[in-house]
Amino acid sequence: MSGTRLVAVMKKELRQLRRDRLTFAMIVGIPVMQMLLFGFAINTDVRNLGAAVANQAGSHLSRQFVTDLEQTQVLDIRYRVDSAAALENLLREGRISVGIFIPPDFDRRVIDRSRPAAQLLVDGVDPTILGVANQLRTIPLAFDSGRRAENSAQVLEVRPYYNPERRSAMFVIPGLIGIILTLTMMLFTAVSLVRETEHGNLELLINTPVSTTQLMVGKVVPYILIGLLQLALIMAVGYWLFGVPVRGSVLELYLAASVFIAANLALGLFVSTVAKTQFQAIQMTIFFLLPSILLSGFVFPFDGMPKVIQYIGEVLPNTHFIRLTRGIMLRDAPLADMQQELVVLVVFTLLAMTAAILRFSRRLD
Amino acid sequence: MSNGEPAIRARGLTKRFGTLTAVDGLDLDVPRALVYGFLGPNGSGKTTAIRMLCGLLTPSSGSALVLGHEVPGDADALKPRIGYMTQKFSLYGDLTAQENLEFIADIYAYPRSDRDARIETLIERYDLGAQRRQFAGTMSGGQKQRLALACAVLNKPELLLLDEPTSAVDPKSRRDFWEKLFALANDGTTILVSTHYMDEAERCHRLAILDRGRKVADGAPAELQRSTGMAVVEVRTSDTQAAQRVLKSRTEVRSVTQLGVRLRVLIPERIADPAELVRSTLANSRVEAAIEIVEPSLEDVFVAVTDRETGIEEAA
Repeated sequence: MSGTRLVAVMKKELRQLRRDRLTFAMIVGIPVMQMLLFGFAINTDVRNLGAAVANQAGSHLSRQFVTDLEQTQVLDIRYRVDSAAALENLLREGRISVGIFIPPDFDRRVIDRSRPAAQLLVDGVDPTILGVANQLRTIPLAFDSGRRAENSAQVLEVRPYYNPERRSAMFVIPGLIGIILTLTMMLFTAVSLVRETEHGNLELLINTPVSTTQLMVGKVVPYILIGLLQLALIMAVGYWLFGVPVRGSVLELYLAASVFIAANLALGLFVSTVAKTQFQAIQMTIFFLLPSILLSGFVFPFDGMPKVIQYIGEVLPNTHFIRLTRGIMLRDAPLADMQQELVVLVVFTLLAMTAAILRFSRRLD
Repeated sequence: MSNGEPAIRARGLTKRFGTLTAVDGLDLDVPRALVYGFLGPNGSGKTTAIRMLCGLLTPSSGSALVLGHEVPGDADALKPRIGYMTQKFSLYGDLTAQENLEFIADIYAYPRSDRDARIETLIERYDLGAQRRQFAGTMSGGQKQRLALACAVLNKPELLLLDEPTSAVDPKSRRDFWEKLFALANDGTTILVSTHYMDEAERCHRLAILDRGRKVADGAPAELQRSTGMAVVEVRTSDTQAAQRVLKSRTEVRSVTQLGVRLRVLIPERIADPAELVRSTLANSRVEAAIEIVEPSLEDVFVAVTDRETGIEEAA
């Protein structure tokens, strides 16, 4: 074996690598950025879960109890309503993860001890959230200021909604749809323009009367249909193999998915106007895919992440799509109640598409 | 079609890439309905010039009017009226010949009612019947070139820009291809074709010789050959090495080019008897040689105008 030849190959590889600026940046960027993001996001000590309270007792004790719950910092009470039905609505719309229901006879129940004094209505889809809610059951309850009762076990009853059997497929599959679609859809368009450049097709195309918008929209629309076929496949497997239902409207799910797919295709197209080679396009797709998995609420409860990370998460289409799929498929939430998520996806699509069209040059210089 | 004005009129067209000036102050007048050649070695600016004329590259300075359209500013209006064949095959390798033609027809929004008939005509004219259902990527160089030409002319362009269209095909295909070009020119199409083949350049109606980005001569090939200002002395000798050495030492000799056992010696016309100059030079150095005055070829023209050896290929 010749050492000279081996070294020659290694030197050539390093030279080429140094000249591929984007790959070089990825070598540094992927570990540093992603570690920073996920290091902060990976946080099983969940705090600030969105919550609402319906306090029908209105007593001093009940108010004290709510304050105690708030002070754990596990719950962030965002709404105060007056009925259990209102709490259920907020849960279904995905505005809260936990509802605290305090019945009118709260004080008597606390003394009586035979029945739980209050209920936690929990979105049981995410096992982390359910686990946190279960821990809250043991919160001590102060009857009078200064004296603490030791009857904590009976104070709270946890009622998990939407996934009473606690099957993890219910949590994973609706989120997985977004991950799969992000990966496949972005890749389709991310490599498309770069491939045409590499094959020389683009020089011919840009010399024809086809407009940039026609070219871009023409590259996106066929894949929306392919994405919807993919969605049907995932849902069929989810239903037949894992028993994940679609409790809400299938039509609305498809509508939401169409916009989400368009968002990813448009983003892919933008990547394609930035990347110089297909390899770079794939790298950039993966760079975007990782936060779409970890910061979208797919793995970690969104509310549990630090605020800064949440802002990043809000930019990712998958964050909004996971809220939509979990809402429609598991909670039977009407799309109309979650329209803000859809609006974000539409805006994202339009921005990405516009950026791609503006970046694309019909000249070679 | 307004036949009065030239198809292409460029003034001072210049393109710089960083410190490199790829095209330098190109003035160009291409009359309509003839075959106009760009002759030059690789790197002489042919491709860059053609790309500027299509509107694909923005000139660093200068201007060009193509079919009456300012480029690149008015390129969108120009695009339906021109056909462009890139140097590298740029159709879709994973589509069949027929599918490529259909795609191009629809991209140009060729009238739907005539589309299929037009494609049939082209398949027949460019002898693509056997390749109709073959993936373009698997076709031979000559077949790809015919398909590319068929696509370039599909929309019946007034101007065809062909960038070294014959660089990847065999001599027979090259001859056939030029027949097709003349047929198109006879029908009124203006053709601008770049080449580095002398035999192809000689067939053009008119010609511009490019060297390092500059146009060093233009005119009809015969006219260029007549007006070199050089006498060409052909020397046949068994000792070409020695003959070259002694001839190059003479200041009157402009250049010496070897073609096998022959040497072509360029001597400015102001020298009274070029043949005698060569004969006496060689005789003094005892080099045996047969000497003859010959007509300048296009290659001699190139050497004369660029003052250097060429990278241009002999006729295949």
